[in-house]
Amino acid sequence: MTGSTTTMTMIEAIQNAHDIAMQRDERVVVYGEDVGFFGGVFRCTAGLQEKYGPQRCFDAPINESGIVGTAIGMAAYGLLPCIEIQFSDYVYPAYDQIVSEAARLRHRSGGDFTCPLVIRMPVGGGIFGGQTHSQSPEAVFTHVSGLKTVMPSNPYDAKGLLIASIEDPDPVIFLEPKRLYNGPFDGHYEKPVVPWRDHDSGTVPQDYYTVPLGKAAVRREGAALTILAYGTMVYVAEAATADTGIDAEIIDLRSLLPLDLDTITASVAKTGRCVVVHEATRTSGFGAELSALVQEECFYHLEAPVTRVTGWDTPYPHAQEWDYFPSPERLGRAMRDVMEAV
Amino acid sequence: MLGQCATVHDRKRPGIRTVYNAIHIRSEPVNARATTHAWYKTGSRIFLQAKSYLSKWVIMSDAIPLSFRVPAPEIRPGDAPDFSGVDIPRAGSVRRPPVDSDPEELRDLAFTIIRVMSRDGDAVGDWTLDLDEEDLRLGLTHMMRLRAFDARMLMAQRQGKTSFYMQHLGEEAISCAFQRALQPGDMNFPTYRQAGLLIAQDYPMFLMMCQIYSNEKDPNHGRQLPIMYSSKEHGFFSISGNLATQYPQAVGWAMASAISRDSKIAAGWVGDGSTAESDFHAAMVFASTYKAPVVLNIVNNQWAISTFQGIAKGDAGTFAARGHGFGIPALRVDGNDYLAVLAVARWAAERARRNLGPTLVEYVTYRAGGHSTSDDPSAYRPREEGDAWPLGDPVLRFKNFLIKQGLWSEARQAQLQAEIEDEVITAQKEAEAIGTLSSGNTPSARDMFEDVYAEMPPHLVRQRQEAGF
Repeated sequence: MTGSTTTMTMIEAIQNAHDIAMQRDERVVVYGEDVGFFGGVFRCTAGLQEKYGPQRCFDAPINESGIVGTAIGMAAYGLLPCIEIQFSDYVYPAYDQIVSEAARLRHRSGGDFTCPLVIRMPVGGGIFGGQTHSQSPEAVFTHVSGLKTVMPSNPYDAKGLLIASIEDPDPVIFLEPKRLYNGPFDGHYEKPVVPWRDHDSGTVPQDYYTVPLGKAAVRREGAALTILAYGTMVYVAEAATADTGIDAEIIDLRSLLPLDLDTITASVAKTGRCVVVHEATRTSGFGAELSALVQEECFYHLEAPVTRVTGWDTPYPHAQEWDYFPSPERLGRAMRDVMEAV
Repeated sequence: MLGQCATVHDRKRPGIRTVYNAIHIRSEPVNARATTHAWYKTGSRIFLQAKSYLSKWVIMSDAIPLSFRVPAPEIRPGDAPDFSGVDIPRAGSVRRPPVDSDPEELRDLAFTIIRVMSRDGDAVGDWTLDLDEEDLRLGLTHMMRLRAFDARMLMAQRQGKTSFYMQHLGEEAISCAFQRALQPGDMNFPTYRQAGLLIAQDYPMFLMMCQIYSNEKDPNHGRQLPIMYSSKEHGFFSISGNLATQYPQAVGWAMASAISRDSKIAAGWVGDGSTAESDFHAAMVFASTYKAPVVLNIVNNQWAISTFQGIAKGDAGTFAARGHGFGIPALRVDGNDYLAVLAVARWAAERARRNLGPTLVEYVTYRAGGHSTSDDPSAYRPREEGDAWPLGDPVLRFKNFLIKQGLWSEARQAQLQAEIEDEVITAQKEAEAIGTLSSGNTPSARDMFEDVYAEMPPHLVRQRQEAGF
């Protein structure tokens, strides 16, 4: 990596990734609800319409199926649409377009038509968004063949992964933990947010770079226990590790599909213990897949059952948000249980 | 306490008796019960004396029992077919406005039927095109080829050579004529009953059959249900099988062409039944907002499997009229009139090409066959209904027109029919020599792991190894 760096929030990093991708390739078009003139309700597309014109960055009607459906047509034409769904909770009207169309086009046409498309959406809670602004729907995408699903946990990864996703020849679901947009969440909600400018991961190169899809990052090396996390939960894992003093190895998956299974199995083979943490509901969640894979691949290395710490199988609550959200305390208890198992 | 009724005498309006539905809005069950009890006890004489009393009850509406309506066709199996309700204007009677007309001035065209071929076998009216003899003969040839192709493939399915088939019987004119209004590079987003778009471009029937048989030469590698063709080169987008999903995609493709300052246009296709899909409306919103260069086609063949069109449309005037709320010009055309379809398709394509925006076109036709090989229409409509369809048979009508014009004869018709059947049989033999679904010469199971992604990710590599391919 060459060139200068600067500090960016995750929002600025995502905006910057759009800017660089649009600058480098005129086929990149960006649209969604409030995305054009206003620059998105979270400001992730701020300034793009002014810079590239309304032909390449524009407002869309409030119709998610139409946003994704038209983007599939654009991708089939030869453009590279990078579209925003305002909240992941709003994506369901577009689910048919994503599952039956975007994900299947290359396969069903024998490669005659393809769908290079990025669908961005903010996910997760921690902002008192209630049940329609807080969900984490990653598992409804990882379950679909033909899709790639990624979730960055910091500005550096957000920029590099988004550019890589826009360049990817297949549809990518790009999930942005909105709790991390403005500053890293240290896991304890009652403590003040650390702004990204004061955080190591807020330092971002100004120029083009990519973070490849399918590569996890080891956020903390450790010998006692492996924590598999992504998005906001990376910071919960760091807090729980600090609070418990357990020498955990924290793996930030970054890309759920394709999944970096090699990094996971190497870590669990070393530690012999594994806790999976995610914010989404538990049953049939992505943690179930991770747990099954670890069991299948690392069974003879395991000293304790693989344990999941997740959101509860309830709608995401409003007033009780922090009782739903997997806290460092809950994760810490699970880590101690796993350490104490024979 | 929901919906409790009472007869009330309002003291301020003596003599006026009203039956009210009331809903209790406070959780005071004891009071509520007492109140109700009082109402029962006093029968029809209740005086609303205090405002506090009113505050506990919200007067909702007159308690007239609602009724639930489910539309149903008037004619079912056993009844005599009746199309007296289908209002068919005389051929040539509908005006042909300039393509750059204000959409507001075109509203009448959504409530009529544009027709060119008269009962006497003449082409009449403003929509008559100046076509040369070769174009006319090709039109007939394409429709006859599609019909012969359907007949052979229907039989092949019955013989167990493939799993499924869908024919076009009665609807051949629509896709065969429409394609002739497009140019190379334009893109159709078809449903499963527009194979005429390929036939009219001389796409090899051999390849279509290989797709139907899912054999080793199937361009889709045996991955798709029969008739779900795909050919980018021929402007034929991969058919999905889901309904109306490709309508917004057609709009998006057209938007992309406009964004790229290209000159290509797109065409979306949907049936009467699936105009009810949300995606139909999504497509209309986007087409309307961005003035996309797209022709949005509705093939109204009267039946959505067993469901008559009143279920998709209710009492609304026509499917074409759905365009009006979006400010999209909407035309209704005789789908069994090759010349009318071609004329309207050219009009709509020209609008798109001249950057005037989208057009909605409803083709009025009749699905003379079953929905698919899995369907038995005699279970839900009279067997004789197809014969009674007042717009006739598209192939027969066009043949009679050509004969009337002195361009054709019964002898040449018989000769062409024989030639086409030979072509189809030859293609079928070639395709079956490669293999059919039942003969087992289908693509390797290894192939199903390909093209899920451009590059096979590690988990699929592992699964393919596990599968032993």
